[in-house]
Amino acid sequence: MKHLLSIDELSEADLREILRITPSFAEVAQRRIAKVPALRGQTVALLFYEDSTRTRLSFEVAAKRLSADTLNVSVKTSSVNKGESLRDTAETIEAMGIDAVVVRHRSSGVPWQLTKWLDASVINAGDGWHQHPTQALLDCFTLQQKLGDLAGSHIVLVGDIKHSRVARSDVQALTMLGAEVTLVAPPTLLPPAIGTWPVRTSHDLDASLVDADAVYLLRMQSERQHEALVPDLREYSTLYGLTAARAAKLSPHVPILHPGPMNRGVEIAADVPDLEQVVVVDQVRNGVAVRMAVLFLLLGSGVNDLPKVHAQPQADANVGTAV
Amino acid sequence: MGERERRGAPPYGGNFVSRAQVMDADQIRRAVKRMAHEIVERNGGLADLVIVGLQTGGIEPAIHLVEALEAIEGIRLPLGTVDVAFHRDDIGLRPVLPEAPTEIPVELTGQTVILVDDVLFTGRTVRAALDALTDFGRPQAVQLAVMVDRGHRELPIRADYVGKNLPTARSEAVAVTMHSVELGEMVK
Repeated sequence: MKHLLSIDELSEADLREILRITPSFAEVAQRRIAKVPALRGQTVALLFYEDSTRTRLSFEVAAKRLSADTLNVSVKTSSVNKGESLRDTAETIEAMGIDAVVVRHRSSGVPWQLTKWLDASVINAGDGWHQHPTQALLDCFTLQQKLGDLAGSHIVLVGDIKHSRVARSDVQALTMLGAEVTLVAPPTLLPPAIGTWPVRTSHDLDASLVDADAVYLLRMQSERQHEALVPDLREYSTLYGLTAARAAKLSPHVPILHPGPMNRGVEIAADVPDLEQVVVVDQVRNGVAVRMAVLFLLLGSGVNDLPKVHAQPQADANVGTAV
Repeated sequence: MGERERRGAPPYGGNFVSRAQVMDADQIRRAVKRMAHEIVERNGGLADLVIVGLQTGGIEPAIHLVEALEAIEGIRLPLGTVDVAFHRDDIGLRPVLPEAPTEIPVELTGQTVILVDDVLFTGRTVRAALDALTDFGRPQAVQLAVMVDRGHRELPIRADYVGKNLPTARSEAVAVTMHSVELGEMVK
């Protein structure tokens, strides 16, 4: 595996392998000295064209726990402001000697474009409405921690599916692991091609929550209201928000997830995030571990194409003689 | 061949083909018992000792050592496991993936750690394990117990407790279970 661009470019074996090795990386954070030398001498550039706190920090912590150096390219204070093109920026930072680029961009497909220009590994940290693969990985890992094997479990995703890269990646990953997914949203916030997704859809949150094993709330992006896709945020939270009354009806064993940042009072009532079953903090913690696993797989493991190696045991057999 | 290939698990080293049995189950049991007595004798008892098995081949010998020590002294020592994937010096040269999370059940500072592996070969795995242990504190001492010492060291590392010294050719491979120690080759 050279790049991590989207969930649908992973095989089920890839996905399961990443989730299998993630606990080893989570353990590193528990050590008295929470840093291992696995990626010593490697440099990871964080190229964020869109605002982000947790994803960027999470990648940065992940890289540092593995002893990689990180380069933060803050678009607001860089030559991008002077009109530098994406390609020039990327080639410039690559010329400084980097091994991986973590990129977030408002346009879908930017990470793929970068792979054509650069020799470095490219990790998609969110492109437009398209994909956010590490978010899906950490969500699957968190759900597995809470629910065990996800095969046959019923996961309800609520909110702005149409504009959500998180929803696209999560649906792909969850269904790959055998979960059944129901998407709950007003019709205006479902994508036009929803018929091709391997999911059920509903406009009735209460009915969907009855047999839910987990609830995933998406961030309601307030700018959507200006596009008149929802008439009113109060109406939205009444119909599609996790109100205190709805939360009270859920079994305490049903985890509640949110990719953050939360809009308290919109998709989730102000005091619901303080419930025991809200696993947002676990998601953040697991995000670091899962990103460590991804960085290690791409840069440090020597496994260029992990699942193929597993499928064909002989493929790398002579590599070991170097030891 | 690296120390890990002998396990023969895909995707790395091909399949292990045995040529001769070197130890049978009884001999292994007696060797473990002798090593346990040596540990007690050398450390004057079991105070402040921790057993740590190396993933994956050292885990079973470590469990058997803990049991043998308990039979002698009536004390069950804490048992940890260490995975050296993040500390190897051949990362990037060949596939290295973590097997299972490292688990160190006690604070190591001031303790004597008995590191346990199945086969001592180049010494590189042990070097990596020593580095990994320092992430968990500063042990008073680290001693090394191995079921088989097959020679061919590439680093200044030696074992304190050895089940069997087994002269080998570099090209050979050694497979250790608690039922049998066998000498053979990895066949691709």
